[in-house]
Amino acid sequence: MFSIGVTSAAYIAASVLFILSLGGLSNQESAKRAVWYGIVGMAIAVIATVFGPGVYNVFLILIAVAAGAFAGYYVAGKVQMTEMPQLVAALHSFVGLAAVFIGLNADMMLSTVMDMKASGVEEHAAHLTGFGEKLWHKDAVEIAILKVEVFLGIFIGAVTFTGSVIAFGKLAGKVDGKPKQLPGGHILNAAALAACVVLGLMYMSGSGIWTMVLVTLIAGFIGWHLIMGIGGADMPVVVSMLNSYSGWAAAAIGFTLGNDLLIVTGALVGSSGAILSYIMCKAMNRKFINVILGGFGGTTGPAADIEGEMIAIEADGVAGALNDADSVIIVPGYGMAVAQAQQAVSELTKKLRARGKDVRFAIHPVAGRLPGHMNVLLAEAKVPYDIVLEMDEINDDFPSTDVVIVIGSNDIVNPAAQDDPNSPIAGMPVLEVWKAKQVFVSKRGQGTGYSGIENPLFFKENTRMFYGDAKASLDKLLPMID
Amino acid sequence: MTPDSATALKKLGHECVIEAGAGLRAGFLDEAYAAAGVEVVADAKALFAAADVIAKVRPPSDAEVAMLRPDQTLISFFYPGSNEELMKKAADTGATVIAMDMVPRISRAQKMDALSSMANIAGYRAVIEAGNNFGRFFTGQVTAAGKVPPAKVLIVGAGVAGLAAIGTSTSLGAITYAFDVRPEVAEQIESMGAEFVYLDFTEAQTDGAATGGYAAPSSPEFREAQLKKFRELAPDIDIVITTALIPNRPAPVLWTKDMVELMKPGSVIIDLAAERGGNCELTKPDEKIVSDNGVTIVGYTDFPSRMATQSSTLYATNIRHMMTDLTPEKDGVINHNMEDDVIRGATITHEKAVTFPPPPPKIQAIAAQKPKEKAKELTPEERKAAEIAAFKAQTKSQVTLLAVGTIVMLLIGIYAPASFMSHFIVFALACFVGFQVIWSVSHSLHTPLMAVTNAISGIVILGALLQVGSGNWLVVILSFISVLIASINIVGGFLVTRRMLAMFQKS
Repeated sequence: MFSIGVTSAAYIAASVLFILSLGGLSNQESAKRAVWYGIVGMAIAVIATVFGPGVYNVFLILIAVAAGAFAGYYVAGKVQMTEMPQLVAALHSFVGLAAVFIGLNADMMLSTVMDMKASGVEEHAAHLTGFGEKLWHKDAVEIAILKVEVFLGIFIGAVTFTGSVIAFGKLAGKVDGKPKQLPGGHILNAAALAACVVLGLMYMSGSGIWTMVLVTLIAGFIGWHLIMGIGGADMPVVVSMLNSYSGWAAAAIGFTLGNDLLIVTGALVGSSGAILSYIMCKAMNRKFINVILGGFGGTTGPAADIEGEMIAIEADGVAGALNDADSVIIVPGYGMAVAQAQQAVSELTKKLRARGKDVRFAIHPVAGRLPGHMNVLLAEAKVPYDIVLEMDEINDDFPSTDVVIVIGSNDIVNPAAQDDPNSPIAGMPVLEVWKAKQVFVSKRGQGTGYSGIENPLFFKENTRMFYGDAKASLDKLLPMID
Repeated sequence: MTPDSATALKKLGHECVIEAGAGLRAGFLDEAYAAAGVEVVADAKALFAAADVIAKVRPPSDAEVAMLRPDQTLISFFYPGSNEELMKKAADTGATVIAMDMVPRISRAQKMDALSSMANIAGYRAVIEAGNNFGRFFTGQVTAAGKVPPAKVLIVGAGVAGLAAIGTSTSLGAITYAFDVRPEVAEQIESMGAEFVYLDFTEAQTDGAATGGYAAPSSPEFREAQLKKFRELAPDIDIVITTALIPNRPAPVLWTKDMVELMKPGSVIIDLAAERGGNCELTKPDEKIVSDNGVTIVGYTDFPSRMATQSSTLYATNIRHMMTDLTPEKDGVINHNMEDDVIRGATITHEKAVTFPPPPPKIQAIAAQKPKEKAKELTPEERKAAEIAAFKAQTKSQVTLLAVGTIVMLLIGIYAPASFMSHFIVFALACFVGFQVIWSVSHSLHTPLMAVTNAISGIVILGALLQVGSGNWLVVILSFISVLIASINIVGGFLVTRRMLAMFQKS
């Protein structure tokens, strides 16, 4: 058994390790070490807690940890890289649910402890857990604050839980990806929020645990309704936001339990998610609040007319151009993930590089359904990361590029964002692929992208449309490269 | 028609016929056509009898017009503006005539714009012709036998031909200058690697877009400024290629006799406008002459024919695209859609009526040029001032933020108990550390970042661990579940992060 001092020291070590673990992600090589910091930190924290003062039922704990660890091991080993967004969303929901449970527990334990105190049981006779002991010593103000913390923990946890479940459903294709809202829209959300606040106030004035159960249900509704109203391509923001929420939920629980490690970790995760959301919103030139409230803002005027026509091309034409090109940039998007075409893309890259051509990838921050989604897919297909570049690094190189291949992306290469002030995506930073000598767009059909706006790129003189499923098209193309 | 384009035409459902020996001078033998499934007929007469659509290059002769049948379509260059009589005759036969030189200049029609194809060839050939008559290298070299200065080439008029010439000339290594009266093409010129010759002249320029992308005549003052500039340049320039044409007018004289006299002996002038009188005062159409001071002036008008294989290939492709638009169903049946801007524009006779000149196309040829805002060049002082202002603004916002933060902290501190404050300080510091650390995370690692934060947010397991020993069975069950799912999070999160990071490989 460790003393409180040892446990606290372990928590400090764990906090430092967690910070190092996040900081290490600044580049690919140090990241491999950083993940070990995280694992060690977590191990230290859990062991110090389990063997620390005031923890009983160790046998139950071992069963739960073993079962959870097995499930986690199984899922992590089996998941496809294209399914990462779903997995991340699912894991967020677990944190949310755990936060709700812990919050409810805290309230139940609080009432038990209060009852015992009231009936005059001596402290040493009460068999208190570590947390119970803390509750025993709280005065009236501290209990009031505790109740606020319990309320926040449960509220954020429940929103995170249902929100993540819906995000999971949308990303896995189990729930329709189109934005949908109940009649009443955001007024309904606002009303639900108001109800939660009222219930919270009632809870503080001593109305009992039923108020918190009700808050759980209503907050769950808010999470569900909020995420149902957000469309597929805004998912990078949604997932980062839920990531942030799961952190804040953990921090709120940390306050409830008076546990500094929980507070530190929750704050780290919360700010990480918040920054990711900010980066994603910036990449789409949209306000965070707009994304969360769903849907694109109304257009301010008629969109500029597009001249010209889409000209289709067959695989042999693309192959001819690639064989003649010296420099090639590939722009992948969500369509590549859907078609599972990353292996074919990697093959193409290898073949072209073997012939001495300069092949690079341009990644828009919101390409795909998760921040950094494309990087992971390309890494899985063994595309070396040093030829995979960010938008800011590569945007100036397009004019000197012979061939650009756009695979399953649309809005992120839409010149209307720069040329047409009336376009719904006006001002969004985009990859300037049209400046290259020739652009091939691999696309399933003539439809528009997520935002439903025409893409003038497809009508440009130097653009050719390479219709068909991305994987099938590339497989057709591969043997023709020589 | 080339054997290649014949194959494509057959895909549209057409049968192809060709006059014997038609492709010979362009390097396409009758045998090659036969192999592509083209029927070879003995002479033009047999061809006119057999075909429904006849494609040729030059305008038809009177005899050929006489051979036209109603319902037949003739596709060729026609110059309807100067061939009105012939056009009337053709209309009387009831045949439809499509003039390839009348294809409107809109982006959709570029694939059948034979004028551009030919201009492209002319531009290329002009440089080659110049090289043939020029006694030095184009590119500068430092050799064991001494230093060779690079040739200086001036290209006047940056239309299709001009741009093609710029491309060819720069790729041969010459220092290339280019001039055009339309300032908006400066960007195109510079993109081809040439230097745009700017004039010190301010005048409200007519928007090139208003004239369908062609140059308009310029004012006398502008012309003077232009000639003055050319006179300045003339002694330095080795090769001049002029391509300036204004629609439906004789070519403007831009390179006067005195400029030729200023040039060095051995210099070359290629005048692509020779057919319309020439941009150079001394040009003689279809001839190569040498001026008194040894400057060669080439006035050939048949540059495309000098590259017969290339011109035939491009022209055949233009024709094929025209046929594609004429047979939208790909069933071999001609559907002459007079509603289509491109087909309407190019058709000069249809159903016994002359349909020239065409009405203006429904869509604008080129988007109107937006007035360009020039980025203001900042003086060093202004830049410094701007930097200081930015620094001050930043300081101000940071100080405000800090002040507001301090006040909020103080307010909380006044009312909250000490035990809460100690946790709150930890929380605030952790947020701050988080913000500092996360900004440095590489964009490409955002997915692993989410996975790892997922794993460490499994730290809520600690809360459940502290509760699981409670005497209340409901609490035990709930915390048991919490421990279970938090463990999934921790193990799953870390393992999947490791899996992802292991995949990132350097080349």
